[in-house]
Order: sequence, then structure tokens, then C-alpha cells
Amino acid sequence: MVDVALSGVTVPEHKVAAVKRGSAGDVRFRALTLAASVLVLAVFAGVMLSLAMGAAPAIKAFGFDFLTTQYWNPVTEKFGGLASIYGTLISSVIAMLLAVPVGIGIAIFLTEICPRPLRRPIGIAIELLAGIPSIVYGIWGLFSFAPYFQENIQPWFVDLVANVPVLQDVFAGPPYGIGIFTASFILMIMILPFISAVTRDVFDTVPATLKESAYAMGCTTWEVVWRVVLPFARTGVVGGAMLALGRALGETMAVTFVIGNAHHIASSLFAPGTTISATIANEFTEAVGDLYRASLIELGLILFFITFIVLASAQIMLRALEKRAGGVQG
Amino acid sequence: MNFNRRIYNRRKRSNAIWLVLSALAALFGIVWLTLILYSLFYNGFSSLNADVFAKMTPAPGEAGGLWNAIVGSLIMSGLAVVAGTPVGILAGTYLAEYGRYARLSFFVRFINDILLSAPSIVIGLFVWQVMVVNMQSFSALAGAASLMIIVIPVVVRTTENMLLLVPNGLREAAAALGAPRSVLIKAVTWRAARAGMVTGVLLAVARISGETAPLLFTALNNQFWSTDLTKPIANLPVVIFQFAMSPYEGWHHLAWAGALLITITVLGLSIAARLLESSKRS
Repeated sequence: MVDVALSGVTVPEHKVAAVKRGSAGDVRFRALTLAASVLVLAVFAGVMLSLAMGAAPAIKAFGFDFLTTQYWNPVTEKFGGLASIYGTLISSVIAMLLAVPVGIGIAIFLTEICPRPLRRPIGIAIELLAGIPSIVYGIWGLFSFAPYFQENIQPWFVDLVANVPVLQDVFAGPPYGIGIFTASFILMIMILPFISAVTRDVFDTVPATLKESAYAMGCTTWEVVWRVVLPFARTGVVGGAMLALGRALGETMAVTFVIGNAHHIASSLFAPGTTISATIANEFTEAVGDLYRASLIELGLILFFITFIVLASAQIMLRALEKRAGGVQG
Repeated sequence: MNFNRRIYNRRKRSNAIWLVLSALAALFGIVWLTLILYSLFYNGFSSLNADVFAKMTPAPGEAGGLWNAIVGSLIMSGLAVVAGTPVGILAGTYLAEYGRYARLSFFVRFINDILLSAPSIVIGLFVWQVMVVNMQSFSALAGAASLMIIVIPVVVRTTENMLLLVPNGLREAAAALGAPRSVLIKAVTWRAARAGMVTGVLLAVARISGETAPLLFTALNNQFWSTDLTKPIANLPVVIFQFAMSPYEGWHHLAWAGALLITITVLGLSIAARLLESSKRS
């Protein structure tokens, strides 16, 4: 704001006092809002610092081996986080591999194919589903999906690929119902509404004139989607997908119910495993001994680190997009 | 001509194939989501009865309800919102008003958006180390604190977005009348953005009402009635988690009922937020 210098004007005393009061209040209020924003930074720094301090005994005891061994034994107090880290990464990657194409398909359906009167209701339904707490997906997975999968799909699928090389190892073993694959599937369903909603929003930012010119040249709907909409929306879709990946990596409740909690890396995706968040959720309250707790906290630190990188990249991509969108409009 | 027709037919065919695949993807997604809602409503409503709101969480094999858990969840969510909202609104105000172009704001926005999607279980670990270890007890306060950390980023983000929508003409008009900036913000921009800011708070409540992971080792759980803030307290998400993982049929029913209650709460809040936003816009 610009200060305006007034000369030759007499201002009554009480008005000067009022202005002074106002500006004193202004300074206080400004400081208050500033303090609140610094608090946001402080929370973040506090989380990092407390995790690092809590994990210190485990880092000291196991060093780099923590990242490369899957030996997890509370009795002998030997801990390695590899099985949890592997489970976190593999379940999120599988979930993304399934959810991204399907989510983009849903977005294409909503923006190009769906009859107009249905677009808004279906779009809103998907947005609402994106807000459903993950524990609901978790108990559905445990009570409804896993038993059905165990009895009807898993044995059939194991038989189907029994003689196919590679696949027979990836989908092998007794049908437990729960395991890495089930967890990935539930994760996929959980992030699907989120990916669809973000992708649809990005597709909606494609200027109508661009699409119309392509149609005017005789492009089919698919050609418009593939050559105009997707290239234009690429950054946004990738950013949205990274955001979804960040959520999938840190997700606890949708996974903990159905992963099986086994500290072991199996070649089969049907075998039970664990993720970082599932390990912490299952074991932290019962963890006895400083080293056991510190190891769990170190897992948390690793998770925080991984998600930070993923989410930060997502931020950077989406910020770039925002800048471009601003440039187009303004 | 013949050659052209071949290309033309191929393009038409690939168009049809891909569009059908997209429609199938939509169908696939909608089928699973409908299945989840169906089994939630079916199992939830068949387990929901008056006892759920009248009795405490039972021992295995006994009849009971979820009343202590419902009250515990309400207490912690209430505390989290009451403590988190002012911080969120003030920080959002700084980002949109005083510090809109400040270098600090760039960092705050960045970190805030990361906190927005950060794994909630890690926030539980943080609060466990800061509060549970120092107080030497799991407590409702610790649970509320971890929920508060989840509330703040949501409120910051929506507050900033809503304040940015307020036209600058309004700010300039107030400034021209000689209003100090703090008065301008409180009397003009906050008022203009009020509906949007309330929406943000509603979304924050929706967000925490199903949060389970950070409560597991902050609030823990309590089988009995307790409103003591320094003691472990029963809460819906953790009760659902423990009951669902147990081998007891009766507990499973209560878990479904609890999940249904949470879902209805979240859907209700999101719909209310939506209505509020659209009523503001028209």
C-alpha cells in the first residue's frame, strides 16, 4: 500500500489517535498471521526432527543394513526394513499401473462420451467417493473382497497360469485371499476416484477451440483425445498421478487389513507381505524395547522421505501447469 | 479412392475400439465403487440399531454399542477443529493478503501442500514422541493434537484459495475509505469469502472423521466410558480397526455399523460443503 503524504491539512487529535490504534492493531494482526504460517513450517520441521531423533538408535545400530536386509526379529532385536519398503513400493506401483489407465478412461468417458445430462451427477459421485475414509475400503477388502477372491478367483487364476513361465511364479501359492495383490487392488480402487477427478479437471482446462479445430479437420473423437487433449493435459495428469502415488505410498488402513503382515519378500504377489505403514500400525503399540520402537520410527522416517520426494515432484509439476494456465488466461 | 476408404475405415475402427475401452474403464470403476457402497450399506444398516447409540463397546460375545466411541470421536474432532481452524485461517490469510508475493509464502505453500497429503501415520509417530512419551500416557489430547495437524493444512489451502477469489476492487474500496489493513481483512475480505472458508472447515472435519492411523498410538482406545482428556479415549476409527481384525462375529457387525456412521458423516459433510459453495456462487 502506498503512503500518501498530506500537507496543510489539520487532523483532529482523536482521529490521529484512532489511526495510531488502527496501525498498532495492524502490526499485531500481521504478526499473528505470520506466526501462524511459520507454525506450518515448524510442524513440518518438527515431524522431520522428531522422526530423525526417534530413529537415531536404530540408525546407529543397523546403519545401511537396515535398508538392505529383510530380517525382522523382535526377540533377538535384529531389524531390517527391506520387506516393508519393498511391500510399500510394489503395492503402490501395482495400484498405479491399474488405476492410471482406468482413471484416464473414466475421465475420457466423462468429458467426451458420456451423455451430457449424466456428466455432472457421475462427476459429483466420483468426487464424493474420493472423500470416503480409507478404513471403509479396508474393511470392505477384508470382509467382502478377500473371501470372494480366495474362493472364486485366486485358485482359478493360479491354475490358469500354472504352466506359463514367469507368471507361474508371480501368481503362485496357496489361496489366502489376503496378500500383496489384494492390498494393491484395494489401493487401486481407493485412488481411482481421486485420479479420475483430477484428470477430468485437467481435461476440462483444454481450450474448446483447440478441440473444435481438430474436429473441424475431420479427426475422430479418439484422435482428438490422443493427439490434442492428452498432450495438452500431460503435465497435469502426471502431477495428479504423482499426488495419488504419494497417497498410496502412505496409505495405512486400506492396506493393513488385507496385506497379511509378513516380514518376508516372496516372489508371488499372492503371498502375504507388509508395508511400512502396515508394520507401524500393527506393531507400534505393542513394541517393547527402545531398539524395536526406533526401528519402527526409522521406517516412518523412510516413508516420510519417499512420500516427500513424490509429493514435492507432484507440486513442482502442478505449479508449472498453474503458471501456464494463468498465462493462457491472462 | 479405395485406398482412402481403407484408412478411413481403420481410423473409424480404432476410434470405436478405444472409446469402448474408455467406457469399459468407466464401467469397471463404477462397478467396484458401487459394490463397496452396496456392501457397506447392506452390512452397515443390518447392524445398526438403537443399542449402537445407547450402549458402550462390549466385551467379546456380549451385546453392546458404540456410544463411548462416538462421543470420543466427537470430542477429539471438536478439539482438533477448534484448535486447528484459527491457525489455518490466520496462516491462509497471511498467504493471500500480507505475504501474497513474499518469498516465505512460497515455502509455506509448498510445505503446506505436502502436509496435506503426507502419510497420516507419520503424524501419529510425531505426536507420540512429543506428547505421549512426555505425558507418559496415551491420551485424548494427543489424539486431538494429531487430528489438528491434519486439519491445519486443509484450512490453510481453502482459506487462501477463497481469499484469492475476493476481487481486489473490494480491498481497494476499503483502503480508500482509510481502513487499516487488519480491519480491511476482517471486515471485508473475510466476510466476502466466509462461505468458502466454512466449506474448508467442513471438508477438514470430513477429512479427520475417518482418520485412523494417527489415532492408533495417540488416543489408543478405551473399552469404557471416559471423557478424561488425559486418558486414552474410545474412538470410532480405532474401534472399527480392532473389532474388524478380531475373530468375533458380534464385533464385526459393530465395525460395519461404525464404518457406515463414518461414511454417512463424511458424505453429509461433503454434500453440505458443496451446497454451501454452489449457493454462494449463484
